[in-house]
This record gives sequence, structure tokens and C-alpha cells, in this order.
Amino acid sequence: MADIEEKLDAMKIEDQDPEFMLDLSMKKKKKKSKKVEEEVEETQDAQEAAPAGDDAAAEEDPMAMFGDLKKKKKKKVKSEEDGAAPAGEEQPADGTTESFDFGDMKKKKKKKKVDFSAFEDGQEQGGDDGPRDADDPFAEDDASSSPFKASGGVGDAEESWIGTTRDYTYTELLSRVFKILRQNNPDLAGDKKRYTIVPPSVMRDGNKKTIFANVADICKRMRRPPEHVIQFLFAELGTSGSIDGSQRLVIKGRFQQKQIEAVLRRYIVEYVTCKTCKSPDTMLDKENRLSFVVCQSCGSTRSVSAIKSGFQAQTGKRAAQRARAAARISPRKDHTTAPLHQQGREHPYVGQTAIGYDATQRSAPTI
Amino acid sequence: MSEIQNFQTFDPFAGGDPIDATEKEGYIHIRIQQRNGRKTLTTVQGLPAQYDQKRMLKIFKKDFACNGTLVDDEELGSVIQLQGDQRAKILGILTTEAGIDRKQIKVHGF
Repeated sequence: MADIEEKLDAMKIEDQDPEFMLDLSMKKKKKKSKKVEEEVEETQDAQEAAPAGDDAAAEEDPMAMFGDLKKKKKKKVKSEEDGAAPAGEEQPADGTTESFDFGDMKKKKKKKKVDFSAFEDGQEQGGDDGPRDADDPFAEDDASSSPFKASGGVGDAEESWIGTTRDYTYTELLSRVFKILRQNNPDLAGDKKRYTIVPPSVMRDGNKKTIFANVADICKRMRRPPEHVIQFLFAELGTSGSIDGSQRLVIKGRFQQKQIEAVLRRYIVEYVTCKTCKSPDTMLDKENRLSFVVCQSCGSTRSVSAIKSGFQAQTGKRAAQRARAAARISPRKDHTTAPLHQQGREHPYVGQTAIGYDATQRSAPTI
Repeated sequence: MSEIQNFQTFDPFAGGDPIDATEKEGYIHIRIQQRNGRKTLTTVQGLPAQYDQKRMLKIFKKDFACNGTLVDDEELGSVIQLQGDQRAKILGILTTEAGIDRKQIKVHGF
């Protein structure tokens, strides 16, 4: 709160603190750089970044040079970080643990697969830095899972430290444990069975619509009713749409495959995976307006919140909106006759019971 | 006696942490909506009452160099609406400057 007061004072004084300005410019740079990263492959990155950086430097004051420097550094090493920038919060996880070559190899693979641990990590660390730049959650995943992965590779190679007098490090011991476990009991050490889902096939329909062709297939694989998935998609994307004749979903607005994928991932984390055992083998149960995710492998039940679309700003033409409102026979509250994407807005009564009941995190295994 | 932790009684039916309960309700939702072309809108819903929405809006507008308004919704109260995709920046400001817990904020959209 005090910070905001300061901020306001700073605003009142029209000429701002030069440091503050610098801070902002850096933030902007970060953002820009991220966009570049999204677009191009990692290999091309460096080449792409150079021209962008150049003209930025040209058009701005020397302060900007620092921002520029930062940008390049980040792209290359990803370890150096200034704490002030919010965009960089996910970095430490990346920098601390070693993710040597896994990063590249895994990233390629994971484009196709929907990986569970990636979601988990993304969610914990700040679930939504993830979706925006598609490669960061992967990076986090690499870092977080590396102790286990590394154990396979590093462990076999050298165990020269056994018998030496120095203190063994945690990673060494961990890798040893995993090596032995893998030898004696392979299914326990398990490379977990990957839960895979076909990547969403997304194409553009004209200029303003997006077709998501394999919704039905994906829903079947997740074992969720398509309506539920679609409702979630619409609520998250803040749009509407419909299902066409051949079971394809037509979404209003332009969306890319990775964007849809990101939303699907979030859906899986929220409504498919079992929070207790992380298995995707779950069913969605509905008991008088409350939904529960029942895990088939460990038997735990977890209540999940209903999908709410929340506030929808008015984006269309006002005249059209008015005409539609007039056309409606009984101009009652919207949500009685709302289209699919708005139905998520709960009845107030249900909302209250849901809160009273809310056990989203308290999942109790029932035996 | 009470200093030994194991001997302290714990009533599992006493109900959750009250702070936990308020947090559950008080999610701040940051959403994005596509407009025409490549334009977008960002909405911030459910900002706690202790933050003056008007002043926050002013800060956002100044910092992000975008326009924005306060919209009153019947059910959801007043909602800050900003032009462009400001989700990451809002998140940054709310967590660092305003000191809101990251877990309280939900960022939606692609």
C-alpha cells in the first residue's frame, strides 16, 4: 500500500524519476524480446534479435541501451536476472538447476505431447507466465525434472565419489538411489507413462474465425463431455462460437494452435489430473450442481469449481447489441437465455453453496 | 505441556483457516478479450476494496501508456478495463508494487 502511495506521488510530480523511467523501458524491452522468441525458432533467435535491438537503440536514449543489453543477455544465458522485472520471475528455477542439453531435445518432443509435470510446474510457479510464451513452461519442466532425468545419464557414468572422504552431495546420492532403484525395480523408478493427447488441429476460417477440428477426439481422450471443454475454452478465450456439422468447433476470433493448446493444458490441470496422484485417469461427476473429479486410479475425490466466464467487456457494435436486446421478447436478465459461453456464470445461490462447500484443495482419498 | 507440539489437540472439523476462506473468494481475475483485428482488451476483476480502483486505473494507464476505464457490472462490481494485452504488466505491478499474493491472482486467456 505504501508503495502505491509513493507511486502516486511520483505521478503527481510530472517529471518522473529517471530510474523509474528506465525501469519501464526495460520492461517494455523484455516483452518485445519475448514476442520475438515466440515467433522464431531458437536457432534463428540471435539473428532476429540483432536488428530489433539495433533500431531500438537508435531511436531511444542511452538508457535504452541497458535494456537492450539485458535483452540479449537473457536470450543467451537466461540466468542473469534483475529482480525488478516481473517477466523474469520464472527464471530462477531455470538457472539454479542444470538443464544442459535436455532443454533442446525435450522441447522438440514436447511440442507434440501434452505433458503433465509441465502443467503442474507451470501452475505452481505462476500458471500463466506459461501460456503466454509457450517455451517457458517447458524450460521450467526441464529444470524441475532434471534431478530425476539427470540421474539416469549422470549416474551410470561416474560414481567415482564412492569411497572418497569428502561429503557426498545431494544430487550424487539421489542419482545413486535412482540408479539402484532402476536396476532392481524398474517400474518404481519409472519414467512415468506419458499422458499424451493429440495436438489440437487449428485452422483459420476466413478472417475472423478459427476452426478447432479435433475437439471431439481430444474430449474423448480426456474423457470429458465436449460441452464442458468447450465452455472452458470459451470462458478462457473470452469469445463464443459453435459446433459445425462435422463436429468441429468454430471459435470467433483468431487463435493459434499454441494458444488453444495452452488453454487445453490449463483445462487438464484444473479438471482432468488428479491432484493427489497426478493421474489423468479421472471422471467428472456432477452432484446437484457441484462437480467432482473422481480419480480412477487412487480413488480420491476432489471438488472442482464450475466454469465461470466472468466479466465480458462489450466489444461489438453497440447498435447491434441494442437491436439484439430489443429483439428479445422478455428483456430479463441475460443469463436465463444466454448462449453457451455465458452459462458458466452461476446462479448466486449456487455460488454461495459452492464456497461453503469448497474443498478444492482438500482432496481426501476414499478407501 | 502445550509446548510439546504433538500433544496439542487439533480439531479437524473446526473448519479451515479463515484467511484461506477469504482468499478463495477474493481471486483477482485478469482476462483478455479479442477485439477487431489484432486489438485486445484486458479486464481486471475483483480487485480488493482496499485498493482504490480509480487510483489503480490511473497508475495502470500511466505506466502502460494505454487508455482504460472503470466499468460497473451488476454482479461483479466495478471492473478495470484496459486497452491492449496488459496481463503480464498488471500481474507484475500487482505482485511487486501492490504486494498481492500471486496465488490470489488468476490470469486467463491464451
